[in-house]
Amino acid sequence: MGLRRTPVERVRLGLLVLFVAVFPFFASPYWLDLANQAAIATVGAIGLNILVGYTGQISLGQGAFMAVGAYAAGLFTLNLGLPWGVGIALACTVSALVGIVIGLPSLRLKGLYLAIATLAAQEIVEWAMTHWTALTGGTDALVLTAPTLFGIRLNTGFNFYWFGAILAGATALFAANLFRSRVGRAFVAVRDQDVAASVIGVDVFRTKLLAFATSSFIAGLAGAMIAYYRTIVTWERFTVETSIAYLAMIIVGGLGSIRGAFFGAVLITLLPALVSNAGMAIQDSAPGVTRMLPYLQQAIFGVVIVLFLIFEPKGLSKLWRNAKDYFDVWPFAYRKG
Amino acid sequence: MDVFLQLTLSGLSTGMIYALAAAGFVVIYKASDVINFAQGDFLLLGTYLLFFSVVQLGLPTSLGVLLTVLGAVAAALLIERLVLRPLIGEPVISTIMVTIGLSSVLRGLVHAVWGVSPRSIDSVLPTGTTAIGPVTLSTARLLIVPIALAVLAALWLFFRHTRDGLAMRAIADDRQAALSLGINIPGVFGLAWGLAAAAAAIGGIMLGSIVGVTPNVATIGLRVFPVVILGGLDSIRGAVVGGATIGLLEAYAGGYLGRGLNLVLPYAVLVLVLMLRPYGIFGRVEIERV
Repeated sequence: MGLRRTPVERVRLGLLVLFVAVFPFFASPYWLDLANQAAIATVGAIGLNILVGYTGQISLGQGAFMAVGAYAAGLFTLNLGLPWGVGIALACTVSALVGIVIGLPSLRLKGLYLAIATLAAQEIVEWAMTHWTALTGGTDALVLTAPTLFGIRLNTGFNFYWFGAILAGATALFAANLFRSRVGRAFVAVRDQDVAASVIGVDVFRTKLLAFATSSFIAGLAGAMIAYYRTIVTWERFTVETSIAYLAMIIVGGLGSIRGAFFGAVLITLLPALVSNAGMAIQDSAPGVTRMLPYLQQAIFGVVIVLFLIFEPKGLSKLWRNAKDYFDVWPFAYRKG
Repeated sequence: MDVFLQLTLSGLSTGMIYALAAAGFVVIYKASDVINFAQGDFLLLGTYLLFFSVVQLGLPTSLGVLLTVLGAVAAALLIERLVLRPLIGEPVISTIMVTIGLSSVLRGLVHAVWGVSPRSIDSVLPTGTTAIGPVTLSTARLLIVPIALAVLAALWLFFRHTRDGLAMRAIADDRQAALSLGINIPGVFGLAWGLAAAAAAIGGIMLGSIVGVTPNVATIGLRVFPVVILGGLDSIRGAVVGGATIGLLEAYAGGYLGRGLNLVLPYAVLVLVLMLRPYGIFGRVEIERV
């Protein structure tokens, strides 16, 4: 099936591609860095959405999966001297394997029990990152050499932008096509009605494990991207707060929507920057606001989650569809018939 | 022997604070099936409210404790009314995520108001040590165990012997039947949040008097999960036994094993319990299997 069906959709895709292609030539390094973070977050959020939004398995372990990817990428590159391309492939594979192991409790557990089990996995991986010194170097950061492609350094803001945009686009394309395939449909069937799914011949447990593997494969990719972008791997980037931020992205963006994962990733990445810019703007009239900024960022992050859950549980992707429907028949209020 | 007794006391006292937080968690889960990720932040709120009323307002300690508990209960009632009630009947992920969001809001606001640097407070509980035979133990920790047990016993008696407690148990058993008997379900949800906040605030006050008024208090929020899973998600007795077990395990692991194992062993226990006996020691055997 084609990626876009109608002329309007083709125009919209064209405009998006044009914007993505032009943006870095006008953006300041600050905005480039944010865009790169958003690209990485998009990859991670799509990965998590496959598991949570499409398969219905709540996971608080996204940070752990990404950590495995980042550390695997870092260690393979550092210790074995492998090129970064191989590093990424291995990072994804290792992550997928760890995802299967963490997914094993889903054999017996559902819903909140599974959420708590993945929380435990997150804590255990966090402990391993900081205390398994022989493997991870403990709380010391892994420092990588800059990845290069044909002699061009990849980890500058401008250069990584292209790399990040391509990987994010490829991940979105992969996920969109996944849900047109038998495997992807099986994920959705397990989410909607696991008993019915097993009646029509979906092996529920195998499907869940596959969802864990696919999701953590992509999470591993996001982790490896962080490793090569920052060229520093530290545990602080992969705590339970990371897991929560990614869950927030897919909730705010819209569960079970690839567009939603993108919207959510962008919003949650930009939110702290927006709050601190707003804070800077009013610091003359409200002295002391700069001191509070980190905590205000945290509070507003929470407020955004709560407001979306109460007022638009289907997230930004639903708002987007509402807006589209509205303009479809503009200037009329609704379509006749 | 000295070290062993001190570790035991330290584990038991921390464990009883876990039990208080966990009991609140259990009350909310029992009544409304909501997993409250913000439980640790009520401890944080309790600690800082006490700091506010005793140090910043200069109130006497007893009044400060009262104000703290009332403040936490008021916050919980407000949260239940504004945030949780619109989400009754929504999927698990919504209620999990909304309490995670609340946790972020509470923590952010507490730190925005009071900052993150550790504050000192004249301990509510006496500082200093008590010598029992040849062993010297911290007086505050010695007092925490009976106080927490008393609060937990009160909570348990409330469930057993009052009309509201009965209503809560009825709702936990069968929400529709309870509704058709005229039980005011939203009112009971509010009550559950109020009780949970009160228990957590008392835990926060006691925690504040042994570790000080610091942001670390909130880390208990996630430590509650091993406790409630071990004890059983819907059992107050389970919260006590689970709290004591996890507290002792942490203390012994920290004292004898080191290497940060005290941080991870509770979660290893959690995984084991989930694999072997997901409903915990005292929980109702009614878990959904795949």
